[in-house]
Amino acid sequence: MTQTLALCDLAAGRCGTIVRIDAGLELGARMRALGLLPGRRVKVIRRSPFRGPIQVRAGQTDLIIRRGEAAAIMLLPCPAEAGCA
Amino acid sequence: MSKRIALVGMPNTGKSTLFNRLTGAGARVGNWPGLTVELLSAKLLLGDSMVELVDLPGLHNLHGFSEDERVARHFIETQPLNGILVVLNTTQLERQLALVLQLKALGLPMLLALNMADEAQHRGIRVHREVLEAQLGIPVRMISAKHGRGVPELKQSLTKWLRAHPEPSQARAAVLSEDDAIESTLDDMLSQSLHIPVCLSPTRTDRIDQVLLHPWLGIPLFLLLMLGVFQIVYGIGAPLQEGLAWLLDEARTRWLSPLLAGLPTWAMSFLLEGLYDGIGTVMSFLPIIVVFFLAMAVVEDSGYLARAAFLMDALMSRMGLDGRAFVMQLMGFGCNVPALMGTRVIRSRSQRIAAMMMIPFSLCSARLQVFLFFTTAIFSPRAAPWVLFSLYVMSFVLAFFTAWLMRSRTRHNTDPMLMELPPYRLPTLAALTRQSFRESGHFLRQAGGFIILGVTLVWFLTHFPLDAAPASSATLAGQLASWMEPIFTPLGIDQLLSIALLFGFVAKEIVIGSLAVIYGAGGDELSGVLAHNLDWIQAYSFMLFTLIYTPCLSALATIRRESGSRRVMWISLGWSLAVAWLLSFAFYQTARALFG
Ligand SMILES: Nc1nc2c(ncn2[C@@H]2O[C@H](COP(=O)(O)OP(=O)(O)OP(=O)(O)O)[C@@H](O)[C@H]2O)c(=O)[nH]1
Ligand SMILES: [Mg+2]
Repeated sequence: MTQTLALCDLAAGRCGTIVRIDAGLELGARMRALGLLPGRRVKVIRRSPFRGPIQVRAGQTDLIIRRGEAAAIMLLPCPAEAGCA
Repeated sequence: MSKRIALVGMPNTGKSTLFNRLTGAGARVGNWPGLTVELLSAKLLLGDSMVELVDLPGLHNLHGFSEDERVARHFIETQPLNGILVVLNTTQLERQLALVLQLKALGLPMLLALNMADEAQHRGIRVHREVLEAQLGIPVRMISAKHGRGVPELKQSLTKWLRAHPEPSQARAAVLSEDDAIESTLDDMLSQSLHIPVCLSPTRTDRIDQVLLHPWLGIPLFLLLMLGVFQIVYGIGAPLQEGLAWLLDEARTRWLSPLLAGLPTWAMSFLLEGLYDGIGTVMSFLPIIVVFFLAMAVVEDSGYLARAAFLMDALMSRMGLDGRAFVMQLMGFGCNVPALMGTRVIRSRSQRIAAMMMIPFSLCSARLQVFLFFTTAIFSPRAAPWVLFSLYVMSFVLAFFTAWLMRSRTRHNTDPMLMELPPYRLPTLAALTRQSFRESGHFLRQAGGFIILGVTLVWFLTHFPLDAAPASSATLAGQLASWMEPIFTPLGIDQLLSIALLFGFVAKEIVIGSLAVIYGAGGDELSGVLAHNLDWIQAYSFMLFTLIYTPCLSALATIRRESGSRRVMWISLGWSLAVAWLLSFAFYQTARALFG
């Protein structure tokens, strides 16, 4: 049951550890600066309706990310009962 | 030898707040990443030497691709500097410290200020300052720029640091070290110098967001909040405005008229009906402007703008734009010019141009004055706020429609939207008043400058030749108006109003002032004259046209400068004029046919 999942498919309230980011140089650098990089844990705080953006928490920073960009972030979901992210 | 220090850091870390704190200058501050998009410098006395401190736009990294980041990077790389003062958000040290390591490659002297120490303390985040200092090899200070804590000590360190680096030097061409190497060094360092509690309890921000970002309550609440803000501005500002208008009127009849009684008629007319009425009527809006900008400052500093971006992004993406363009539309409520400049955070050029095309429809505070005056003069007190509200709705509809028309260009060229959602912050009273007074000062300076000029010109046009009846068809203004008549008659806009529109092209602040001069009546009296001369259909048609036909000359100049293209400016102007005419025409003719 350890399958990687894209960030955009992670349910609200769940967290995961980033294993890979398939983004271009520019976007990759911006993600890195905002705390999204392999090895870091992220948690989905909420998803907005109508395919709107997702709010994620990476470390101490909350981010708004669109589903399109979130699709580039592959992660290993934490077990559902795992405590705080 | 002049000394110069640059403030560098990630967006929204408090650089501008610290800049204001250190120099007493009035840089714009707001809880929105990317608020500062241009360089701002001010002098600061450190020890016995005068230093120029430069506030830069925020940088995510040295690869910086957006326009505001380019501005900052270009400055750091080309200007000789005595050093850079790096400002980081202590609560987010684990990701922000990477920037310090990247900046080290530039070979410039650095001093690190860890800002928002208050928030870090609140969250139980601890930094071992001495350890970090030793690891980085640069001085580190903990501060809270907002509350001023640690700032005197920072100043002392700066003075000492400056003595050690008296000569400005040029940044080394950035030999960007491998980011992966940086990350592993960073993790090592932080494990020794940073302590973060394992389990953070839900913060106040989390609880507020449960409500304000609720999946289906979020947008209705947004609308309600906006409505509430305008109710407050209207509720506090309108009585104050009436009071001031009454005072100005009293001063005129009691003192000014008797005082000037000996002068020739034309001179008296110029001084009283020209300068005094014109400027007085504009000035009576000062209280509303102050209250309005206070409310804007609260909204900007609270962090709600980033929430608005989150809520509206889905809708904006259907039009090829994103939530940030919507926030710029909101900032445009104050003034379109900074909102146009704020589009620098958008990296895709076609999206930026689309945002610049829609912002001019944002109902700015100058246009608000015209609408407040007209709605209170023509409509009943119950109807007036709703009429005003309908104009705001119109402003959004037109902005969205414009973006929607351009969607085929913007869709293929999307800029990823990835931004920080900062915590809610309460603005301090001092910061609020400073911000509000700065904006109002802008209004006052305008009133002192080109509004005097405009009013004088309008008086001249409506009174020359001197033997003609003021503002009659025999005067210069009358002739000008008769040329424009074929354009404006189908809109129900009469000759006198069209003269005001002509001047309003320069800036909307002039419109009410010129009407006062044209009708030879200020304040309350002008309201009466307008109510007598116009029915609601004509008035609404006039307001529609005023809303749409162009913000002002400086907005046009800003579009030209920011887009780097004269063509974009002309298209924006042509589009606004065409829409203004067509819409006013459609409204006026339909309403006439329906209501007679
Ligand atoms: N709690 C707290 N808030 C602060 C402090 N310093 C700044 N702020 C707030 O942080 C927000 C951002 O401040 P700015 O000074 O505009 O940040 P900036 O670094 O200039 O941001 P950009 O211009 O976007 O790069 C504002 O809401 C400030 O009131 C601080 O020491 N403590
Ligand atoms: Mg700033």
